[in-house]
Order: sequence, then structure tokens, then C-alpha cells
Amino acid sequence: MAHDLGFWTLQTLNALQLSMLLFLLSIGLTVIFGLMHFVNLAHGSLYALGAYFAASLAAVGGYWMGFFLAPVAVAGIGILLYSGFIKRMRKSGPMAQVLVTFGLIFALLDLTRIFWGDLALAIEVPSALAGRLDFLGVEYPAYRLFIIVLGVAIFGLLAFVLGRTQIGAMIRAGVDNDAMAACLGINVERMFFVVFCVGCALAGLAGAVAAPLLSVTPDMGLHVLIPTLIVIVIGGLGSLKGAIAGSLIYGFVQTFGAVLAPQLASVLIYALLAAVLVIKPVGLFPARG
Amino acid sequence: MLKLNAIQSGYGETQVLYGLSLEALQGRILAILGRNGAGKSTTLKTIMGLLPLKSGEIFFEGKPIAFQPFDIAKSGIAYVPETRDIFPSLSVRENLEIVAKRFGSSGAVWTMERVLELFPRLGERLENGGTQLSGGEQQMLAIARGLLMNPRLLILDEPTEGLAPIIVKLIHDKLQELKNTGLSMIIVEQNFGFATSLADDVAVVGKGKVVWTGSSGEIRADEEVQHTWLGV
Repeated sequence: MAHDLGFWTLQTLNALQLSMLLFLLSIGLTVIFGLMHFVNLAHGSLYALGAYFAASLAAVGGYWMGFFLAPVAVAGIGILLYSGFIKRMRKSGPMAQVLVTFGLIFALLDLTRIFWGDLALAIEVPSALAGRLDFLGVEYPAYRLFIIVLGVAIFGLLAFVLGRTQIGAMIRAGVDNDAMAACLGINVERMFFVVFCVGCALAGLAGAVAAPLLSVTPDMGLHVLIPTLIVIVIGGLGSLKGAIAGSLIYGFVQTFGAVLAPQLASVLIYALLAAVLVIKPVGLFPARG
Repeated sequence: MLKLNAIQSGYGETQVLYGLSLEALQGRILAILGRNGAGKSTTLKTIMGLLPLKSGEIFFEGKPIAFQPFDIAKSGIAYVPETRDIFPSLSVRENLEIVAKRFGSSGAVWTMERVLELFPRLGERLENGGTQLSGGEQQMLAIARGLLMNPRLLILDEPTEGLAPIIVKLIHDKLQELKNTGLSMIIVEQNFGFATSLADDVAVVGKGKVVWTGSSGEIRADEEVQHTWLGV
């Protein structure tokens, strides 16, 4: 097995696919935390809502309708959350934020149960991405390759926006020091709102692209929350580089751990998390502010 | 130009300012002097909206000042904090451009070219990260960033804090150049000689109130005020 190139290629692709899904989730959460100093534990619930919206929309207008509109719908939910809770709780400290957003997880979970029921939903993979593609001698599902390409494309887009544009520099300035950014005439509150909505939309997108691979269930947001938090703690809060690095580390450790040391698989990532916290408590690539 | 009427402010439950009043006049430099903990920096942070105004009034150019720091900045006040607060994840160029691109209208007095003429050293460091600068360079960048807002009032908190004497001299000369352009300034400073050689007017703060006002010449001649309130 270890000498089989196909095995390594297959597992690498699996790891990349898991990493890219986690990246879509963690980038929103980490930038929201870095910029707003807000602990939004309900971020995973937005992922679940993205999957449900995608499933419902796909049933009406096909997969692509769900793919494009689910993130918009989740951003809409994000606007409601921001206006109803987040804006009011900005100054209330991390403990109150954790408690409220932890409560929101269960409120949103029950709302999905009320609207969609307890039974798992499924989405068909779109026909254009239904087959398998030959990649370095490995037959790999086209849809999973699509997720990898999508994750890389979104990483590239965010890297460009954050690293090369005026709005990106303003966001980085806000993450570094929001009070000073405000003293330079930057409306940090409005920027927070936009970033929060984009983060929600990306969580919704992650849910929409994950839906054909997983069963869409009310508690899927709860299951993804811990991996997402591990990603941002390992990667470091508030940075794009941290989100991609943490996602890749999680994806590769989890995937290769499961096939090379299955007995240790569930422990490995926590051991790594503990090691990072001991050696570099701020994470590998935290925002510098 | 800027008038503070009996303002009260502080940090959370801790009140620092107890009815402080002062006025900064157009085209002049006002130095705010006082011992550590007297309330000098608290005054500036309250002007900028970084600390809540618990009571009293602040007027800028005859109108009540805005509540939010970004509105206050847009109204024409630039703030250079004691800690300089250069954005570490931005290059020197980006630190300047995030201001220049938003405040640099076609008739703007302060442009990238002009601030780099004022501080040529920054021109050599444009691609460096904000944290790769020396203390003096960070101070130049913080002042340059403030100027790019094309302010009508520039507020500086301890501009010589932690700087070598040669850099203090350079900053002094640059602020003198700015004074000659007619820019109104408020300077909070511990360095008595630095402050009084630049300022036209002086307000001495003690225990959260203004305890003395006068001209630079008057305070230089008044050893009792210097001894009682400044420990000079």
C-alpha cells in the first residue's frame, strides 16, 4: 500500500477535498473573530443551513440553483443574526458571546427540524460533475475535484482581495487595530458587517457543496464546529494564511491518520492541537495585530 | 477651533477627567502639559471618541463633535497616538495608501509625494512591513499617515516618547515646518523644552482639570507653575 503511487494520490486528493471544505468554513469564522473579536459558535449552524437551502433549492431548480442561491440565503440569515444578536453583543465580552451563540446553535438546529424534519435529505451531484476523472492514474470523482478547485479558487480570490486591494488593506488594518483604523476614518462597524455577511455566505457555500457528499441532517453544523475551531486555533486567528494552513493540516492529518494509523486517527489531530498550543499558543500564522 | 467645556471622562468606572475645559485656536499649536496620570492622553482619546464623554461638550469649528471616531476623523481631525499604532500586517506603502486613497481628493494639500518629501526616509522603506521600522521611522509614518487625511487639526500624543535625541530634533523640525504652513495642532508632551519651543499656547493639566493656561513664553518664565504641576 505504502509503495503504491495511486494510494498516495487518492489519499492526497481526499485530504485536499476535506481541507477545502474546512477552509470555506474556517475563513469566515477566523476573519470574523480577528476583525470583530467575536466568538460566533453558531457558524457551523450556518453551514447546515447552507446545505438545507441548497437541498430545497436543488429540488426546485436543480443543483446549480442551490449552489448559487444557498450562500445568498445564508448571508440573509447572517444579516438577521447580526442585527438581532451580534451587533448588540459586540461589547459584552467573550463569555456572553459564547453562551449566546452556543444557544443559537440549538435554536437553529430546532428550527431546521421544524422546517425540514428529522430525516436526512440528499442532493444529486450535478450531471456535469457526476462522473470520474483520471488524475495521475487515479479515477477520482469529478465532484470532489470540483470542491478542491473551488476551494483553491476562493483562496486565490480572497488572497487577491485581502492582499492587493484597498478594501483588503482596510480589513487587515481593522484586524490589526480596529480603534486606530476608525481614527483614520474607516467605518469599521460597516466593514465588520460586510465581512460577517461574506463569512456567512462562505459557510453557506461550504454547506451547499458538502450536501451531495454527506447526508443533510440538522446536527451536521454541530459536527463540523469542532474541526473548524481546531483549524483556526492551529492556523492562528484572523488570517487567511492561518485558515488555509490549518485546513490543510487538519485535512491531511485526519485523512492519512485514518488510513495509516486508524487506531490513533481520532487522537492525532487533538495531539497536534495540544502541541501547537504548547509550542505556539497564538497558532501558526495569526494576524499580526 | 476646538473647544472643550467641562468634560468628564475616564476608563470604565475609573474617572480621570473632572470638568476639563480648554480651547485650541486656529493656526496655532496648543501644548497640553502635565505629570503622568494627569489626564492628558485621556483628553485626546475623549476628543477622538475613543473614550466615552460622560458629561460636558466638545465643539469643533463651532459644531458639536461627532460621536464615532471615524466621523470625527472625517470631520477634519487627525490623531497620532502615543503608541503610533502602525498596522503591522500592512507595508509602509499600504499604511499610507489606505489613508491617501480615501482623503486624497484632487485639491488635497497632502499627497503621497508631499509626505515623502517631508519624510524622505519613508520613501526608502515603502515596501517594508510596519513592524520593521525603528521607533523614529514609526513616528514619521504615524505623522505622515495623519497628514494624508488632510486634517485641519492634527493631534499628537507624546511624539518624542522613547526616541533618540537626534530623532527628537528631526521631529521637532518637521513639526515646525508644519506649523509654518498654518496647520493647527494639539501636542501632548512630557518633554517641556520640546513642547514649549513649538507651542504658541499651553494648558497645564492636573488631577483631571486644566490648572493653568498661558503662552509658551509665560510658562517658561513661571518656575512656580513648572515646579508645582510639572515637576520641572
